[in-house]
Amino acid sequence: MSAVLDHPGDHAHGHAHDHPSGWRRWLYATNHKDIGTMYLWFSFAMLLVGGVNALLLRTELFQPGLQILRPEFFNQLTTMHGLIMVFGAVMPAFVGFANWQVPLMIGASDMAFARLNNFSFWLLPVAASLLIVSYFVPGGATAAGWTLYAPLSVQMGPGMDLAILALHLMGASSIMGSINIITTILNMRAPGMPLMKMPMFCWTWLITAYLLLAVMPVLAGAVTMVLTDRHFGTSFFNAAGGGDPVMYQHIFWFFGHPEVYIMILPAFGIISEVIPTFARKPLFGYSSMVYATASIAILSMIVWAHHMFTTGMPVTGQLFFMYATMLIAVPTGVKIFNWVATMWRGSMTFETPMLFAVGFIFVFAIGGFTGLIMAVAPLDIQIHDTYYIVAHFHYVLVAGSLFALFSGTYYWIPKWTGHMYDERLGKWHFWASMITFNITFFPMHFLGLAGMPRRYADYPMQFADFNAVVTIGAFGFGLSQLIFLWMVIRCIKGGAKASDRVWENAHGLEWTVPSPAPFHTFETPPVVK
Amino acid sequence: MVSATSSGTPYYFVPHPSKWPMVGAIALAFFGFGLASWVNGAPFGPWLFAIFIAILAYMMIGWFGAVARESESGLYGERVDVSFRWSMSWFIFSEVMFFAAFFGALYYARSIATPWLGDLDHRSLLWPDFQATWPNAGPAGVVEPFQTIGPWPIPTLNTALLLTSGVTLTIAHHALKDNRRAPLAFWMLVTILLGFTFLGFQAYEYVHAYSELNLKLSSGIFGSTFFMLTGFHGFHVTVGAIMLSAVLFRILRGHFTPQRHFAFEAAAWYWHFVDVVWLGLYVVVYWL
Ligand code: HEM
Ligand SMILES: [Cu+2]
Repeated sequence: MSAVLDHPGDHAHGHAHDHPSGWRRWLYATNHKDIGTMYLWFSFAMLLVGGVNALLLRTELFQPGLQILRPEFFNQLTTMHGLIMVFGAVMPAFVGFANWQVPLMIGASDMAFARLNNFSFWLLPVAASLLIVSYFVPGGATAAGWTLYAPLSVQMGPGMDLAILALHLMGASSIMGSINIITTILNMRAPGMPLMKMPMFCWTWLITAYLLLAVMPVLAGAVTMVLTDRHFGTSFFNAAGGGDPVMYQHIFWFFGHPEVYIMILPAFGIISEVIPTFARKPLFGYSSMVYATASIAILSMIVWAHHMFTTGMPVTGQLFFMYATMLIAVPTGVKIFNWVATMWRGSMTFETPMLFAVGFIFVFAIGGFTGLIMAVAPLDIQIHDTYYIVAHFHYVLVAGSLFALFSGTYYWIPKWTGHMYDERLGKWHFWASMITFNITFFPMHFLGLAGMPRRYADYPMQFADFNAVVTIGAFGFGLSQLIFLWMVIRCIKGGAKASDRVWENAHGLEWTVPSPAPFHTFETPPVVK
Repeated sequence: MVSATSSGTPYYFVPHPSKWPMVGAIALAFFGFGLASWVNGAPFGPWLFAIFIAILAYMMIGWFGAVARESESGLYGERVDVSFRWSMSWFIFSEVMFFAAFFGALYYARSIATPWLGDLDHRSLLWPDFQATWPNAGPAGVVEPFQTIGPWPIPTLNTALLLTSGVTLTIAHHALKDNRRAPLAFWMLVTILLGFTFLGFQAYEYVHAYSELNLKLSSGIFGSTFFMLTGFHGFHVTVGAIMLSAVLFRILRGHFTPQRHFAFEAAAWYWHFVDVVWLGLYVVVYWL
C-alpha cells in the first residue's frame, strides 16, 4: 500500500503550545509518541528491576544450601520478579509499541483519547511504587508467587494488600489502554484502509485488546475476593465457611491463560512486520494470519485448567482441557508456517531486527513444543511445578515476547530517533542474548524432568551442576542487556541519518513520514491506495 | 493544531496537554496507599483515603467539565462521536466481565464446591454432619446460624423500581430528541429519584439482614457471595445515579441538542446495564 501525504509535520509552526517542553511535556502529555516513549522507558526500567531480582535468586541458587538470602526473602523475590516482569515490563512495553506505531501505521493523528492515554500510563509508576514499597512494610513483600494462590495469599502481611491494589491499578491501566487502542483502530484508520488491509501488528493488538477487556476485570474480581477474605471475613477461598481455595485457581487462570497470549500476540504482530521487510516479500497468508490470531484468542479462553491438572479435577475435565489446549497448537502452527513461507525464496538479509525475528521463531517454537508436552495431562502431573514449567514459560516469554520486543525496537528505532542504530552493537546484543538465554534456560528442562521443584531457595546435591551453569548463563544474559541499553542511548544521541523509508523493502504508512517522525503526523488523514 | 474543516470542527480533536490525568494518578496513589494502610489498621489510613476521594472529585469535575466545554464549543466532530460510542460500549463490556467473576464464584460455590464438601470422602473423614444444601453455613461450624432474604417484598419492589426507571429514562430521551426541555428535566429527575429510592431500600435491607437475620458478610460463602454481588451492584447504581445527575446538571445549563447528546446516551446505556445486572441478581441470588 502506498500513501500520498500533504506536507507532513509542518503544521506545528507558530503553535508553541503544541510543542510542550520541560516537565509538562511528559507529565501532562497528550501526544501518542511521547506517551509511547514513556511506556517504553518505564518498561525497560522495570525489566532491569525485575532482572536484578532474578539475578539475586540465581546467586542464591548457584550452589546448594543457603548462601545469601533467607528463604522468606527468596520467596518474596520470586513473586516480585514474576509480577514486575509480567505487569511492569512485558505488558507496558507492548502498549508502548502500540502507542508509537498504531497511529502511524493506520494514518491517525493520535490515539482516540489522548488524555486517557496519559492517565493509563501514569497509573503504572503509581502501581510500581506500591509494589516496591511493599518490600519495606512489616513482613515484606508478598511471597505467594505471581499467581497469588489462596490460601497463602489470604494469610500474608500488608505487602500482599499493596500487591493487590497495585494489580488493581495496573488492571485499570490496561483496560483504559485497551479501550483506547480498540477505538483508535476501529474508528481512526485512514480512508481506504479496510480492516483486512490493516498491518498485522494492528490486527494482533486489536485482538489482544479484546482479550484484555475480557480478562483483566476477572483478575480484579479474583484479587478483590482475596482482599475481602483477608480483611472482611468473607469465605470465598475458605473451605471451613463453604468456599474453596481451588476456586481461586479457576478464576485466576481464567485470567491467567489469556494473559499469556496477551503477552505473545503483539509479539506475533511485530514478527509479522519484520519478516516480510527483510525477506523482501509480502507476508504469506495474510488472512489466515488474522484468523489464526483470532482463533488463538478465542481458544485461549477455554483452556485455563491445564494449569490445574494436579488439583483433583474430574477426568472428563482433564480430557477437555487437555484436548482444547492441544488444539491451540494448530493456529500457532499456521503462524509459524506462514513466517517460514514468507522467507521461502525471499531475498533475505540479516540485520538485527531480522536476526531477532528468526531467532524468535526457533526458540519460541521450542517453548511451544514444551507447552504441548505439558498439555498432556498424565505427563503434566509429573512435571507440574518443576523447573520444566519454568523453562517452558521463559522460552515463550523471554525468547518469545522479549525477543520480539527487541526485534521491533531495532526495526522502528530509526523512525523514532531519526538515526540508524549501530549494527555491530545490535549483532553483539543478539548473539550474546541468544547464547546466554539458552545457557540459562535449556538446562532447566533437565532439572525439571529430574524432579527439581520450582520456587525453592535450596535443592539437593544432584542438581548442583546444572544450577551452576544456569546461574552463569543468567548473569551473562543480564549483562547482555546492557549492550541494548548502550545501543539505545547511542542511537538517541546520534548516528547515521535514517532515511524516511529506513529499510529497502519496508511497506506501510509509518515509512512515509520523515525520520524522526515529527511531533504531529497525519493531522489530515493520508489517502491509502 | 488540527487542520480544520470548513465548519471549524477539526477532523479529529486532539486535546492540548492536560493536568487532569496526572491529578487522577496522584489520587489513585492515595487510594492504593490509603486503602492498604486502612485495612491493616493504620490510623492515617482513612485520612489518606479521604484525600483520595477529594482529589478524585476534583479531577472528575475538572476533567469532565473540560470535556463538556469542548463538546459545547463544537470541537467534537462526527469521528469523535463514534469514538465515544465505541469506548463506552467496550467499557460496559469490561464491567460485565467484572460481574461475571462474582457470578462465576456463586455458580462454582453452589454447584461444585458445596457438593464436594458434602461428598463421601469429606463426610467420612472430616464433617459427618454437613448437609450439602444451598444456602449453607460451611461444614466446619465456624459460621453463626443466619436466615436469608427471599425475593419478596423488597427485591421485587426494587426490580419494579429499576425497570420503571428504565422507562422514565427512555421517556426523557424522547423528550430530548423532540427538544422538549421541561419534560426532559422532569423525567430525568424522576429517574434519578427512583435510583436513589432503590438504594434506600437496599440499605434498609442490609440493616435488616445484619440486625435481625444475622446475615453478614462473614456468614460463610452465602454471605460472601450475597453481599459482594448485591454490594457491587449497589455501588454501580450509585455511580450510574451520579452520572445521570451530572447529565441533569448539564441539561439544566442548556447543554445538548436533539441531534448531539452522547453524554446522555452513555449514562443511559450504563443505567440499562446496571438494570440488566440487577435482573440477573434477582433471579440467581434471591430466587433460586
Ligand atoms: C502452544 C502453546 C502453549 C501451550 C500448549 C502451553 C501449555 C502450558 C501448560 C499446560 C502450562 C501449565 C504447566 C504446569 O503448570 O503444570 C503452561 C504454563 C505456562 N505457560 Fe504455556 N503454553 C503455550 C504457550 C505459552 C505462551 C505463548 C506463553 C506466554 C507468552 C506461555 C506462558 C506460560 C506461563 C507463564 C506458564 C506458567 C504459569 C505458572 O504456573 O506460573 N505459554 N503452559
Ligand atoms: Cu496456560
